Amino acid sequence: MSAPGYTNLNSSVSYSQNSTPNGGAAPPYQNGPTQAYQSMNPPPGCYGAPPQQQSYPTTPAHSTPAPGKASITKSAHSANYYQSNHQPQQQQHHHIPQHHVAPSPYNVPSSQSYATHPSSGPPPSNAQYNQQQQQQQQPPYATPGSYYGQQLYYPPPGQHSSQQQQQQQQQPTLVTAPASGPGAPLYPIVSYPSAPGSSQYGTLSSTQSTSTPGVMPTQMGAPLHQYNTSRPASTTAVQPGYNAAPPSQLAPTVNGQGSTAHQHYDQSHQASLSYNSYGGVTHSSGSTETDRPPSGTPSTSVHSSPGHQQGGDTSSSSTGSASPVPNSYDSLEGGNFPDSMPSSNDMTNQAASYGSYGYSSMQPAYHQGPASHADSSPSHDPYGQSSYQQYSQPFPNLSQLSAALGGLSGVPELEVEALRPVNLLQERNLLPPRPLEAPEPNLSPELKKVNCSPQTFRCTLSSIPQTQALLNKARLPLGLLLHPFRDLQQLPVITSNTIVRCRSCRTYINPFVTFLDQRRWKCNLCYRVNDVPDEFMYNPVTRLYGEPHRRPEVQNATVEFIASSDYMLRPPQPAAYLFVLDVSHNAVEAGYLKYFCDSLMENLDRLPGDSRTRVGFLTFDNTIHFYNLQEGLSQPQMLVVSDIDDVFIPSHDSLMVNLKESKELVKDLLTSLPAMFSQSRETHSALGPALQAAFKLMSPTGGRVSVFQTQLPTLGAGALQSREDPNQRSSSKGVQHLGPATDFYKKLALDCSGQQIGVDLFLLSSQYADLASISCISKYSAGSIFYYPSFHYIHNPAQLEKFQKDLERYLTRKIGFEAVMRIRCTKGLSIHTFHGNFFVRSTDLLSLANVNPDSAFAVQMSIEDSLADSSLACFQAALLYTSSKGKRRIRVHTLCLPVVNQLSDVYAGADVQAVTCLLANMAIDRSITSSLSDARDALVNAVVDLVSAYKSNVSNLLQSGLVVPAAMRLFPVFILALLKQKALRTGTSTRLDERVFAMCEFKTQPLQQLMRMVHPDLYRLDNMSDQGALHLNDTVVPQPHLLHLSAERVSRDGAFLMDCGTVFYLWVGKCCNEMFIRDVLGYPNYASIPPNMSHIPELETTLSERVRALLDWLQDNRAFCSTIHVVKDDTSAKATFFQHMVEDRSESASSYHEFLQHVQQQMSK
Amino acid sequence: MEAAVFILSLVDCCALIFLSVYFIITLSDLECDYINARACCSKLNKWVIPEMVGQCLSTMLMLVSMHWFIFLLNLPVAAWDIYRYLKVPMGNMGVFDPTEIHNRGQLKSHMKEAMIKLGYHLLCFFIYLYSMILALIND
Repeated sequence: MSAPGYTNLNSSVSYSQNSTPNGGAAPPYQNGPTQAYQSMNPPPGCYGAPPQQQSYPTTPAHSTPAPGKASITKSAHSANYYQSNHQPQQQQHHHIPQHHVAPSPYNVPSSQSYATHPSSGPPPSNAQYNQQQQQQQQPPYATPGSYYGQQLYYPPPGQHSSQQQQQQQQQPTLVTAPASGPGAPLYPIVSYPSAPGSSQYGTLSSTQSTSTPGVMPTQMGAPLHQYNTSRPASTTAVQPGYNAAPPSQLAPTVNGQGSTAHQHYDQSHQASLSYNSYGGVTHSSGSTETDRPPSGTPSTSVHSSPGHQQGGDTSSSSTGSASPVPNSYDSLEGGNFPDSMPSSNDMTNQAASYGSYGYSSMQPAYHQGPASHADSSPSHDPYGQSSYQQYSQPFPNLSQLSAALGGLSGVPELEVEALRPVNLLQERNLLPPRPLEAPEPNLSPELKKVNCSPQTFRCTLSSIPQTQALLNKARLPLGLLLHPFRDLQQLPVITSNTIVRCRSCRTYINPFVTFLDQRRWKCNLCYRVNDVPDEFMYNPVTRLYGEPHRRPEVQNATVEFIASSDYMLRPPQPAAYLFVLDVSHNAVEAGYLKYFCDSLMENLDRLPGDSRTRVGFLTFDNTIHFYNLQEGLSQPQMLVVSDIDDVFIPSHDSLMVNLKESKELVKDLLTSLPAMFSQSRETHSALGPALQAAFKLMSPTGGRVSVFQTQLPTLGAGALQSREDPNQRSSSKGVQHLGPATDFYKKLALDCSGQQIGVDLFLLSSQYADLASISCISKYSAGSIFYYPSFHYIHNPAQLEKFQKDLERYLTRKIGFEAVMRIRCTKGLSIHTFHGNFFVRSTDLLSLANVNPDSAFAVQMSIEDSLADSSLACFQAALLYTSSKGKRRIRVHTLCLPVVNQLSDVYAGADVQAVTCLLANMAIDRSITSSLSDARDALVNAVVDLVSAYKSNVSNLLQSGLVVPAAMRLFPVFILALLKQKALRTGTSTRLDERVFAMCEFKTQPLQQLMRMVHPDLYRLDNMSDQGALHLNDTVVPQPHLLHLSAERVSRDGAFLMDCGTVFYLWVGKCCNEMFIRDVLGYPNYASIPPNMSHIPELETTLSERVRALLDWLQDNRAFCSTIHVVKDDTSAKATFFQHMVEDRSESASSYHEFLQHVQQQMSK
Repeated sequence: MEAAVFILSLVDCCALIFLSVYFIITLSDLECDYINARACCSKLNKWVIPEMVGQCLSTMLMLVSMHWFIFLLNLPVAAWDIYRYLKVPMGNMGVFDPTEIHNRGQLKSHMKEAMIKLGYHLLCFFIYLYSMILALIND
């Protein structure tokens, strides 16, 4: 059907419906994939020991130096693996007993995979561990291959101490290439340690990427040596987070390498093999908010000292001799594993020998008691070989490092502090000087070290109550807040034939399982005793046999597996992006099209994907226009389908085209698109049919659909009517129409979800567009929603800037396709309700057609059975997705929390931010299913309940007034702030769409971002000092204290920065110091500051540098770029600044003090 | 005549019993993850109206035949069925909504409801049976 209808862009031909109803090729729609993915569990076969010839499927066999080549090889290889290699062998798998002890499986190297290597001699290990940057964009897969290659050159460990240097140098060249391939520059490896997500993009220095490979080889060749190296690095990385090691101890920088924090992270990255480095990151990320040890913490450097190398060699040799088996595993790259804990630097005095015995005896009770470890460990493990021991070491070390580790050792004190009763009516200064941290769960230090980062996985109660009764008594919600696909700086990536999982509940092995003995482990979620597969007995890092507890899976709470074909229903699909653009008159008026096209053009090469990436475009007004971009055409052809009642696809193969092949045509189209519709007079919008067309177009592959809509859909299926009554905007009675008006969008979203299509919605509308209905298309297909009220390219420059910045991030951020996430929890706990954008496919399985690094999820839990028989409760979130490079991956996060039976312990562990966010989610649900006023009452009742529960159960003081535990002292402020949010406020004029959008944001924003939106951070800038400042790279980032959000804290002679998450306000008082205005804003005095200033000029003054450093630092903590507005005291913009002063009285809402009084009244009722 | 009414009610009641069992089986399939929420809900939503009609039918029969006690017994259930159908929000895909069913314990409450209905229909079944036999004997 394609030929006849094609015309050039300028002459469009309409297709009539009747001739070809479905275009003849409506893709078979079914829920198929859904079903198939239903279980992430691989067939039993995968459990078996690997067949002998099975090569390492996932590891490419090549050691090709050329960057370009690496990726190609990879794909070729993978295809090969899936189709030819693996399947035949699968049968073999089944026959091999699981706990086959015979070493044979380890002889794995298949000639095939190693064929490319010159001396394919030594033995590949069964599993590779790559610590690599988590971005898939890097050609990570290339690296492993090269390791293999490298290995060949190395004599068995111990023999080649002399070669090490050589190897080190050699390796980088081989491996570097891939690392610095196309992806690398874009997605820098490590930027700034504490920056959570976005910072990754762009900060990276190329040296880092190259260095990574460099280190790896080292490790392989001389494993022990490498431990030395990497371990220090990782150690340091950890320290900042835990405030742990004092810089001075680490300080002896040997190489003069990282003397700044930044470098130090680089180091850790270099040591990328270190498995624990992730742990390090985790903690370090925490460190952003804590006072970071001054930049001095020079981490690494240890590895260069000859003495250590020597030691490494010796130990490695001993390893070899002691355990012959491991030799076959030479190829493992493992890294230095272990420990994320800050062990003392002076390893020299520790005995190297321990590792050599291969841990023949398991440490009993891996997690229990420090005591048992304490005795055995300190003496050994110098080189970080035995991570396990490292964990046990903390105690001795702790005492040594007491100063730095104060935070850890002081747990009881913290708890006491958290429980200190606070009388809210008397204490006025409740805010901590620095933004709140997640409370640390009261776990033994070694568990705490490996626990999941609070930014990724957070529980409202960091001490889980034993029974539902106790939970009810506490009157706090129990739930998890997850940010599973967050951009991470470092992530251990594991390529292994066997992904070890519990046989009954399918939990992935994690740091919190118990090893009963060498051959068996006990699942921490269902308590089933499982066998340790043979393959798992080998520790790739130490190359020792019999150390399952030191494998990276068991050392890191966050790991990523490269999944085998057992985890896929169909071969990984290419990344596919379809852009659906509104080109009606309204859209042309708003003028977004040009900016969209410019932005896409700029970022075309940065779209995540590989050589198979496909793109397509579709525009609509009252008809739908397709674009034929088939390679070979001289210019794009537009195909118009005017039949919107029965949409069909005019051509099947040429509408979604390979980006690489048709890049010129795509650019052509993007250039001409804005002009093509500039004369459009069509005011109707057929959004529904356009979405149906998009669905049909994308069904075969799945992918991402980005919809840009500027008005209410008025034609075809899914047409909507305006439901908003502008006079009711400020009504305090109740808000109607928060739910969808039709189920069309929901049904379509579920269809999309079934075909693995995620729909992201950009709504740029100045009028009511019924976001409540339209947003369903994204809500249930795991998309994201962006809303730009009153968008206009001339009249509203602030929105335009935000749109451009968001778009850039949106187009270039990581993406995972065909994802499912399963959340498992310890027996006795169950998931009650899910919050976020996804479709819940079964009781614990979320279907995510697309997963992006910026969306978060929340779940509410209930306690069904008493947890009395265990002292720990664990939660595991496993996200299975296809990366944009076409790799199937599983990211696993495990969180471990103590179970308590005392109410006071529950309160001590309460996480006020998480509680607030979960309550916000619950309130949104409530306002949709019931009513807004119900939801508001419920929030107030949450405060009342907490205070009365605390009063009657815990607090012994017969104090009058409102007494809450210190851990929850900010709860009333946060709830009050919630009540004043757009989503939940009443009485203040709020457009329905803005309200609904705010509700969507509550459901999907990660906790930190949400908290900044609810309760912005306020700092005073004009009198900042360098006291307590962070020193990063060469910049000094001042750390001003947080101020309460009340006008009384703001004075006219100051300048204040308010961080609202998506926007910064810099409020300049009338009498502000002129020096500040001159040095920071670049104007001579207050009067000359323009009213709409929205950037901070780069001036050479110290103050300007400090302010910009602070802004950049705050910016690094979030994904989307925030805009800054300078607000003068006398402008009308002042109101937007002061509306965030949540503790003050506003026209329709009470002040904090009034709120407390209201709570008190409610209590006395 | 009376016997005919009860025979009809009996048949209706049997159908309702089967329907309740079908609901329970399908919901427990969902609970055990044998089918996905989408399939489950579209299966069940198909039967919501037939169930409602069946229940109303027996209620009407009792009203027409002036068996007040049995009518009063039937009335609340019929009312509940109608209410449940009417209160479905506009954006939902029916009484059973795949996007909501796993939330807020809805699955459990649907299950509970189906169980209670099963018990109730069984009770009705025996009442009808007894009444029918009585009617036949009286004839």
